[in-house]
Amino acid sequence: MHFDLTEDQKEIKRVARELLAARSSWARVREAAEAGAAYDEELWRELCGLGWPGIAVSEQFGGQGLGAVELAVLLEELGYACAATPFLSSAAAAAAIQACGSDAQRARWLPALAAGEATAGIGTRALCADGIGAEVLVLLERPSGEAMLVTGAECAPLETIDPTRRYATVSGGDAEPLGGRGGAEAVAGAERVRTAVAAEVVGIAQRAVEMTLAYVKERRQFGVPVGAFQAVQNRCAQMLLETESARSTALFAAWAADAAPERLAEAAALAAAAAADGGRSVTASAIQAHGGIGFTWEADVHWLYKRAQLDAALLGGARRHRAALATLAAARVAQVA
Amino acid sequence: MDLTFSAEETTFRDELRAWLEANPAGAPPHGDEDAQYGWRREWQRRLADAGWAAVHWPREHGGRGATLTQSAIYYEELASAGAPLPANVLGLLLAGPTIMTWGTPEQQERHLIPILTAEEIWCQGFSEPDAGSDLAALKTRAVQDGDEWVITGQKVWTSMAQYAKWCMLVARTDADAPKKHQGLTYFLMDMEQDGVEIVPLKQITGESEFNELFLDGARVPAENVLGGVGNGWKVALTTLMNERSGLAFFLQVRMRQLLDRLIGEAAERGLLEDPVVADRLGDLHLRCEVLRLTAYRGLTAIETYGQPGPEGSLTKWMWSETNQALTQLAADLLGPEALTAGAPWAFELLRARGNSIEGGTTEVLKNIVAERVLGLPRLK
Repeated sequence: MHFDLTEDQKEIKRVARELLAARSSWARVREAAEAGAAYDEELWRELCGLGWPGIAVSEQFGGQGLGAVELAVLLEELGYACAATPFLSSAAAAAAIQACGSDAQRARWLPALAAGEATAGIGTRALCADGIGAEVLVLLERPSGEAMLVTGAECAPLETIDPTRRYATVSGGDAEPLGGRGGAEAVAGAERVRTAVAAEVVGIAQRAVEMTLAYVKERRQFGVPVGAFQAVQNRCAQMLLETESARSTALFAAWAADAAPERLAEAAALAAAAAADGGRSVTASAIQAHGGIGFTWEADVHWLYKRAQLDAALLGGARRHRAALATLAAARVAQVA
Repeated sequence: MDLTFSAEETTFRDELRAWLEANPAGAPPHGDEDAQYGWRREWQRRLADAGWAAVHWPREHGGRGATLTQSAIYYEELASAGAPLPANVLGLLLAGPTIMTWGTPEQQERHLIPILTAEEIWCQGFSEPDAGSDLAALKTRAVQDGDEWVITGQKVWTSMAQYAKWCMLVARTDADAPKKHQGLTYFLMDMEQDGVEIVPLKQITGESEFNELFLDGARVPAENVLGGVGNGWKVALTTLMNERSGLAFFLQVRMRQLLDRLIGEAAERGLLEDPVVADRLGDLHLRCEVLRLTAYRGLTAIETYGQPGPEGSLTKWMWSETNQALTQLAADLLGPEALTAGAPWAFELLRARGNSIEGGTTEVLKNIVAERVLGLPRLK
């Protein structure tokens, strides 16, 4: 039992944190967002040059040959930076195709996605992240829960409250189940995508906690830092609790994806439920703890709140996953009885 | 990252599981609390005979030198098997390790084996009516009289005092010390003497898990000072640091079992089809799993860095809130029958109110998180 990142994974995290701090400041994120959900093309090219989109793609297809945990580490950092790139969708789609795709699907998509020559979109037909300009979409089909590979679809821009990312609605196109046959593999593919989104949310929440702590230590009212007031402190403690809860489940899901696939369904539902609600709650608290400043455009905490809202929508909301968990727990109880 | 047990951990678990299967604790006896306690005392004797009473103790003292993870496995398996905690839980978890850290060779020789075998039960004399969360405010006095100390004061929330031979007692030996956590001394006090009066404290469940302790001229020989006169705060911290580690895993499994029971009873009543009920049960399942995962993350942090990470301060808070939400949902779903006097769910509902108070109130835990983990300033 060792529930922590390995030294190599910590190194990836450290490198990513430093690089993104230098390349994806709030000024850059704001610039991209204010230009109407434009991506930071320079940053995206650099990330592609570093091979990040192919982190969980095998070397055979030009990837890094690492796994879901390493992907989660990068996603947490991209979330932390709230970076305006199509990284989440491309890397998550590539990881899902690598793990659950058919040979033909892998050969067709992985080399281009790993190299950043093609991008992917993820989500549903009603809400597809990074769909505009993507060559392939990994879309969740309900009620089967399968992930479908969709090509040649029409993506219409969907302007959301989160302009740090491009969203679309999807119509038409050719769809085939991930893995080709449908069933368990395609469902696992969708779970891997949710695991990836949950990892990004952990980074968003972490950033919200850190920005809030910095602010409440600095901002003085009544002659003391507002962070000295217990009501503010308790809010911050709650933010930590929700962030760490999301982190525990997101790490568990990323680990299960590669090391214990039989536990992925439950782990991904745990991660999705914790991230969907936790991310929104933590970022809402960040706005509140910033006071009036937090409600302004300049304070930047709102980008995190908006991203958390859209990520929760991409996850399908927490309720769906809690219902799945209840069904799963009930089945387990019935089996023992 | 590896969330499976290592070969050694698996061997440990399998060996324990096999022993527990071959040596079941059995069902608790009907009858009063004394009968229940006798059963747990006998259970600890059996555990001790087989070397399973104190796995976290070093081998030289009759333990197994278990790692933190093995210790967690121990409590998970005990709870999973439906076995009770050993009777002398405060001795095993608190007094023993504190005596190992601070005790003289003579003190260790005298006390450790009777703790292990439940021959001598221990209780903890820390809290006082005006010194709960603020332990250093305690007022119980100890005055030297020749080779003895004479103790006067009152302790409260003393569980197992009625069965205890010994008490971990912290008292003020220097009233003039400049700071309140100076001038304290930690005593190993014999409970079987005239100056000690035990009065059961009736709690909201109607039971008496706890007692008040009235000390009026109780005497402690000088050789029963632990860790030196005036050093009581540091010694007490050793006791408190030991308090929440392994037990968390026992409680976590117990809560899981309680949730499974609720799910079973809800299913019998056909309530799982109700999406609101499913949502709330799913939420409890999530919270139980978050607690388990976060507790394991905490263990890894301690094993790797020697101290808990930011997540380590959260588990007790999570546990108490989840257990309260769980028992409240049971009352919601099962209706009046969960509120009938003597009903198991009614007991759980009431008992859970104590969870966010005992062993550190949630308010104090949040303060600790804010100050020590998040580095927020203290209001002067």
